Amino acid sequence: MSDLALAQTDAPVRRSVRSEGPVARAALIGLALLFLALVLGFPLVSVFVEALRKGWDAYHEALVEPDALAAVRLTLLVAAIAVPVNVVVGLAAAWAIAKFEFRGKALLTSLIDLPFSVSPVVSGLVYVLLFGAQGLLGPWLKAHGIEIIFALPGIVLATIFVTFPFVAREVLPVMQAQGAAEEEAALMLGASGWRTFWTITLPNVKWGVLYGVLLCNARAMGEFGAVSVVSGRIRGLTTTVPLHVEILYNEYNTVAAFAVASLLALLALITLVLKTLLEWRYADELSAGAKH
Amino acid sequence: MSVAVRIEAVTKLFGPFPALRGVSLEVEPAELVALLGPSGSGKTTLLRVIAGLEEQNGGRVLFDDIESHRLSLRDRRIGFVFQHYALFRHMTVADNIAYGLKARPRRERPSSEAIRQRVGQLLDLVQLTGLEKRFPGQLSGGQRQRVALARALAIEPRVLLLDEPFGALDARVRKDLRQWLRDVHRRTGHTTLFVTHDQDEALELADRVAILNDGRIEQVGTPDDVYDKPATPFVCGFLGESNRIGVELAGGQAFLGDTPIFPATHNNGRGAADLFVRPQDVRMEPPGGQGLAGVVAAVRRHGAIRRAEVAVAGLARRLDVDLPSAIVPAIGETVGLKIVRATVFGPSA
Repeated sequence: MSDLALAQTDAPVRRSVRSEGPVARAALIGLALLFLALVLGFPLVSVFVEALRKGWDAYHEALVEPDALAAVRLTLLVAAIAVPVNVVVGLAAAWAIAKFEFRGKALLTSLIDLPFSVSPVVSGLVYVLLFGAQGLLGPWLKAHGIEIIFALPGIVLATIFVTFPFVAREVLPVMQAQGAAEEEAALMLGASGWRTFWTITLPNVKWGVLYGVLLCNARAMGEFGAVSVVSGRIRGLTTTVPLHVEILYNEYNTVAAFAVASLLALLALITLVLKTLLEWRYADELSAGAKH
Repeated sequence: MSVAVRIEAVTKLFGPFPALRGVSLEVEPAELVALLGPSGSGKTTLLRVIAGLEEQNGGRVLFDDIESHRLSLRDRRIGFVFQHYALFRHMTVADNIAYGLKARPRRERPSSEAIRQRVGQLLDLVQLTGLEKRFPGQLSGGQRQRVALARALAIEPRVLLLDEPFGALDARVRKDLRQWLRDVHRRTGHTTLFVTHDQDEALELADRVAILNDGRIEQVGTPDDVYDKPATPFVCGFLGESNRIGVELAGGQAFLGDTPIFPATHNNGRGAADLFVRPQDVRMEPPGGQGLAGVVAAVRRHGAIRRAEVAVAGLARRLDVDLPSAIVPAIGETVGLKIVRATVFGPSA
């Protein structure tokens, strides 16, 4: 006891071990904030400033113009197909990896990450090589009157490819942490596999799924590279919102380009808010080391 | 009398590693049987094979003389209590217990009123009335254990299987729950198998104990049988505490060196053998007798009794000897030792 008291009188200024000096702390925080403002804040603000440079009327006009509306509709349609597909397939893949032992499991796990590590342009090109007029399956598709490249199916395929990892990656660690015991318990109690999935597996990962859907959707609507390769940019037909922005910009129609771009910026902001809400409210269920 | 569970020569491989090497066991209706063994002995694997959670590579499991693979998991009606309970974390206690009833096909499913009543009865049985609205995360370990049991009992199982039912609980709660489980078993009369690595638990609770080692059953018997008449050296060393002494058998006597230390009258073999003697079966005597002699190296308290460690010439390990309260040997004192009871495993006659 006396040793401890001595040690304390020797060090009258008690500081937590991990605290830096106040100057260093201020400098670090300031640097981070400055960087964020320069790289993220100003560009974001400038999108809206530029879009509204000629006033609300010009902004409004750029958004209700038929080609812009068509682009918005196409983007919504693509996301409406790609996101559900990725939810179902992503859940299936995560389930298979988390709950079963099989050959090639490690390979499947790394395949899920492939879209993250491949340049989106390459993923678009792959589909062109496969389904394009000169592609592997091109002649056959043409003979049967099926259009994939430069049409909706191609855009959807490219989007699915690029956004596939989001749901699977989000759900997999949650499932792995939970193990198979609850499913086994449900089966022992006489529940069918189907019922077990709906009443046990899915509720346990629902916040992870929602989180994945959010990110997947943001990326699906904002994807440029892969879609740009397969779309062919037929104005009003195969241009999604990001492609439409680029076309307008290349035509020196800056106000319209930024007006449409502001939609994407808005989507990003909404996604950010929802994501933060989810993380704040359901941090436990989202983190892999969920309790009990 | 019919057999509730019959296990015939079950083998199970995990990759190239045999977890079960031909296990056979019969469990009578309403019997409480413990599967006891060290970790890695295959006891949990055996329980999971019986439950149908693992597929055996060979042999059969029969329930009431029906082969298990003819029955779907639902029709097997096995109540399984998992080691870490595996409660459904997003459901209340009541919903957890009702799960098995609600999962039945529509025509067999009780009405929601009947389910509610059944849940109430089970909560009463496991003494958790009033907690039906809680979530598993809001319960103590002992309470979760009881919810898991109530959930398993809800489907009126023909067999109840428990995997290390008290493994995750602290010592005090374990003792209480042991009593309580015995009580529940007496009242409900379910055929029950439970896995444990805790021999006190197995000996205290079970009607019969099956001792597993390295994928095989070494011995099955009542707690008294396996404790007092161990069938193999493993059982002898595993149950309770024993001193193992390497001896030489000749003419119905066990010799340590030239000293006869124990009459092994029922064993007519000759040659090297192992003699197992429990600390309470060695009596300390004044030195100078015919038998063993040694030097007291240490005396320490061992729960309710005192135990001496005695160094004996020719033995690598000191002998543990329990002391009656009247005998207080000094450290370094030379004493005589008489083996009152022992088990000899040696060369077959």
